Amino acid sequence: MPRRTPLFESHQELGAKFVDFAGWEMPIQYTSILKEHEHVRTHVGLFDVSHMGEIDIRGQGARDFCQKITCNDVSKLKPGKVQYTAILNEAGGMIDDCTLYMFNDGHLMFVVNASRKEAVLDWLYLKSEEVDIEVKDRSEDFGLLAVQGAKAPSIVSDLIARDVQTFSYYEFQVCQFEGQPLIVSRTGYTGEDGFEIYIPMVTLQKVWDALMHDGQVANIAPIGLGARDTLRLEMGYRLYGSDMNEDTTPFEAGLGWIVDLDKGVFVGSTALKGQKEQGGYGKVKGLLMEGKGIPRPHCKIFKKDKKVGEVLSGTFSPTLKQGIALARIKCPAKLGTRFEIDIRGKRHPAIITKLPFVETSVRKL
Amino acid sequence: MMEIPTNLRFSKEHEWVALDPKGETAKIGITEYAQEKLGDIVFVELPQEKESFKAGDVFGTVESVKAVSDVYLPVSGKVLEANETLLDGPEMINEDSYGEGWLLEITLENKSELETLMDASAYKAYLENIETV
Repeated sequence: MPRRTPLFESHQELGAKFVDFAGWEMPIQYTSILKEHEHVRTHVGLFDVSHMGEIDIRGQGARDFCQKITCNDVSKLKPGKVQYTAILNEAGGMIDDCTLYMFNDGHLMFVVNASRKEAVLDWLYLKSEEVDIEVKDRSEDFGLLAVQGAKAPSIVSDLIARDVQTFSYYEFQVCQFEGQPLIVSRTGYTGEDGFEIYIPMVTLQKVWDALMHDGQVANIAPIGLGARDTLRLEMGYRLYGSDMNEDTTPFEAGLGWIVDLDKGVFVGSTALKGQKEQGGYGKVKGLLMEGKGIPRPHCKIFKKDKKVGEVLSGTFSPTLKQGIALARIKCPAKLGTRFEIDIRGKRHPAIITKLPFVETSVRKL
Repeated sequence: MMEIPTNLRFSKEHEWVALDPKGETAKIGITEYAQEKLGDIVFVELPQEKESFKAGDVFGTVESVKAVSDVYLPVSGKVLEANETLLDGPEMINEDSYGEGWLLEITLENKSELETLMDASAYKAYLENIETV
């Protein structure tokens, strides 16, 4: 029996088509994936992503625990800041990519993929057995809405009666809505300016209704998971399960920039040091199709007759009106290099392109 | 959901066949139900002229943002013409699945095969059954 967020009926009333995602019945689209995608790029969209997980780490050793359990440098975090990072196993493989919110040295919060919440919890419980901290699953306490697009700041400012333009990128604050605390962060998964709002479950429906109603002047529209995927792939953002799994290290996922091997020993650091020295793990690149084919996961990539890599994620880019892919390639692949992608038995030409595939407003933050 | 055209025949895989009044050729497409289920169609693969297929063969693919779907020829025949406008404008299948979104025109190999397909009211009942499952 798939789970549903408290907003299921609202999605039904809006005509959503549903899909099973990580055991949740989630809206994949309300009108059309292409229209919803374009709406976020040109106006503003509202996403219900309450299926995601929130995990609190509390106690005197909270900050040190997070530093040991992730690959990015937690000492760069300050109260009110968010960091993109990953939780690794001893082999350096990614248990999940996640964001880490710091409230203070004694209270941090991981936000994790819905499909990985149980695996992350099991790991955190295991790794905290000898440590005086508390790992608490808060996922049932919070719903999560994302407001993404150029008009997001004005809509969210109206919601909480504060000027969120003062929030810097990857900053969060606890704000008030009808007597309830909301965590509002200037983060997102679309490439547009926007906010992710963590809402006490009891208030989730009210916040959704307020955003849908008051956002009308800004032309807000509900957006499904279908457009969420095309938006993130146009940015080259990774999706766990598609671009990486437990056997993928951050280097193999092209996420070396979230690894800080100089911060001290952390879970997976020995394995990663070894891999960095050895090299040879292929690089993640952006590929833009030159013809009409659409690349899909696992499609093989060829240079002449030699297989040199594989597609991780692929889709049709609504902005570019071409197929795009994230791929792991094991030979030199500078910008402009041409390859062929085997799509259902036919070879289609593609060209190495810089990421992100499109220019968006998040770059200006 | 728009009305199902009464002059068409339908397959279980949601393809339609429109027999030409002269009786030798037919147009093939996918139904309104199929395009709605697929979502935005962004790519179509169609066969060449003169290719022959037996009833039930895969003759091409229709690809939406999320997935690729094989399309099956409901009756045996040879390709007279493929709707090339769909190569640059595949969204026409979403917009006008029974009209401008036609996929193929074929010469029929065996007209009696049409009898095995559903008529409009049988297809309507078939759809009602799927939705309640």
